[in-house]
Amino acid sequence: MIRAIPFSYTLRNLWTRRLTTLLTAGGMALVVFVFAAVQMLDTGLRQSLIATGQPDNVHVTRRGAGAEISSIVERAQAAVVETQPEIAIGAGGLGLVSKEVVVLITLPKRDSGVATNVTARGVGTAGFALRPQLRVLEGRAFQPGASEVMIGASIARRFDGAAVGSQLRFGGREWQVVGHFEAKGSAYDSEVWADAEQLQQAFRRNAWSSVVARLVDPALLPALKARLEGDPRLTLDVKSEREFFEEQSKALSNFISYLGLTLSVIFSVGAMIGAAITMYAAVATRTAEIGTLRALGFRRSSILAGFLLEAVLLGLVGGICGVALASLMQFIQISTLNWQSFSELAFSFTLTPRIVATSLLFAVLMGLVGGFLPAVRAARLGIVDALRAA
Amino acid sequence: MPQSELAVSIHHLVKSYHRGGQVVPVLSDITLDIAAGEFVALMGPSGSGKSTLLNLIAGIDRPDSGELRVCGTDIMALNEAELADWRAGHVGFIFQFYNLMPVLTAFENVELPLLLTGLGARDRRERVGVALNMVGLSDRVDHYPSELSGGQQQRVAIARAIITDPEILVADEPTGDLDRVSAEDILGLMERMNQELGKTIIMVTHDPHAAQRARLLKHLDKGVLVD
Repeated sequence: MIRAIPFSYTLRNLWTRRLTTLLTAGGMALVVFVFAAVQMLDTGLRQSLIATGQPDNVHVTRRGAGAEISSIVERAQAAVVETQPEIAIGAGGLGLVSKEVVVLITLPKRDSGVATNVTARGVGTAGFALRPQLRVLEGRAFQPGASEVMIGASIARRFDGAAVGSQLRFGGREWQVVGHFEAKGSAYDSEVWADAEQLQQAFRRNAWSSVVARLVDPALLPALKARLEGDPRLTLDVKSEREFFEEQSKALSNFISYLGLTLSVIFSVGAMIGAAITMYAAVATRTAEIGTLRALGFRRSSILAGFLLEAVLLGLVGGICGVALASLMQFIQISTLNWQSFSELAFSFTLTPRIVATSLLFAVLMGLVGGFLPAVRAARLGIVDALRAA
Repeated sequence: MPQSELAVSIHHLVKSYHRGGQVVPVLSDITLDIAAGEFVALMGPSGSGKSTLLNLIAGIDRPDSGELRVCGTDIMALNEAELADWRAGHVGFIFQFYNLMPVLTAFENVELPLLLTGLGARDRRERVGVALNMVGLSDRVDHYPSELSGGQQQRVAIARAIITDPEILVADEPTGDLDRVSAEDILGLMERMNQELGKTIIMVTHDPHAAQRARLLKHLDKGVLVD
């Protein structure tokens, strides 16, 4: 048999002391806001980076190399990758493969004049075909075999000497800036691109950093991955480009989510204490009512459940307000430096159903924890003592 | 009198409270039988133990020793949850300060004990209607306690007390917070419950005027029945 205290009793008690309810729920709403906003930020960051990667591109680096900078793919290894049957054939009957070399050069920042690391990427002829999101903003693409570079939009904006027609000096020679390009806010926007063979010679490298290739079908990735990674001669990591970019965002993403989680948990202690105080006050002012309900035949468990439900509803009100507040953040765009790729990243707060669900769950949990001790006190009151409070 | 006709059967009942490490005796060796259908007034000075005796009979407090049978049940043998269920089925409560839920309407307050029964919403509505009609408050169904006078609130409380059709009504100073006219009104209503519905009523009062309406008077002094 159901022995629950009527829901309307719980609801109307919350409504009767609506100022207290609102203030307590407000405290919880702020915590939920932080909790949700941080997740939205993290989701936005990851979504924009994953979107940068082409779904049918595969990224090959040396096993265990976290970034392309620290990766070495020997020429012989690259040749093996190039000839795999899963790799698509482009115009001219050549495989859609770009063997790339990635080095760090220093350029002076425009606002501070401080020399800062910038990624320079040498790409093969298929490099452009593999990145259809790439668009030349100004000038033209570099010529294969020439000491020419083109510069990503984000670098062009923030660094000196990057104007089309000017000269850059790195790797022991002068490079002519022939164009600017843009790649939809991806990591490429913060790179300097040159011909792979030229960059390799300038930096006296005799190996590649990575190999990027187009797959005939994205579904073929597991087979290619298994074969290449299982080949003892190769010691290579094979990843989809999306996965690669997701890993590039890991450090920043982890930082945001750990910081956010830590802050939320610390704040939530305050909110839970607030909820506990509110619920203790509710128990104190309704002691005679609790005694009466018990006398009428409601059990201790009904009283416990009734007050827990009240606290949970309090949390839910806070949760809904917090999520509503956080959803407004979707209109804001954030731009920051990704430490792993040294590139500026633009992304926005992204609200997903999963974030809404976890945030509401978090709020309900806060209510439940905050309301637990007061509810236990209410349930443990002696009937005679409680009735005497009338 | 055979046991079956007794609403309350008390033998050598003892109750004391523990206050600050001291044992304060409240009831010492009470023996009392109350017949079914009786209207008893328990009188006595403050601290005589009359409210404690009422609480024990109503099953909201526990005696130290003795025998206590109410409506044929040895309620001392019941555990906490069983006692709660027993109260819901056998005892109706009338309090000095009415003890209505301020956030519930007159209708919802009267309906409250019915939520502990398996009754459906339609049956509940019907019974609450009958009970409120009986106490003359058919036109106050949707009013909140704060919108009712003291006398009206106590009538709602009486409707709540009889709604599950219990054998016993316990009333602790039911007129203690009411003016003369409302008090008369409430006492008249309780008399009707006793005579027309056959409810056993046990009422604690120190108002001699109220006690006169009862058919049986019991005096307590310092925890002992004195007559």
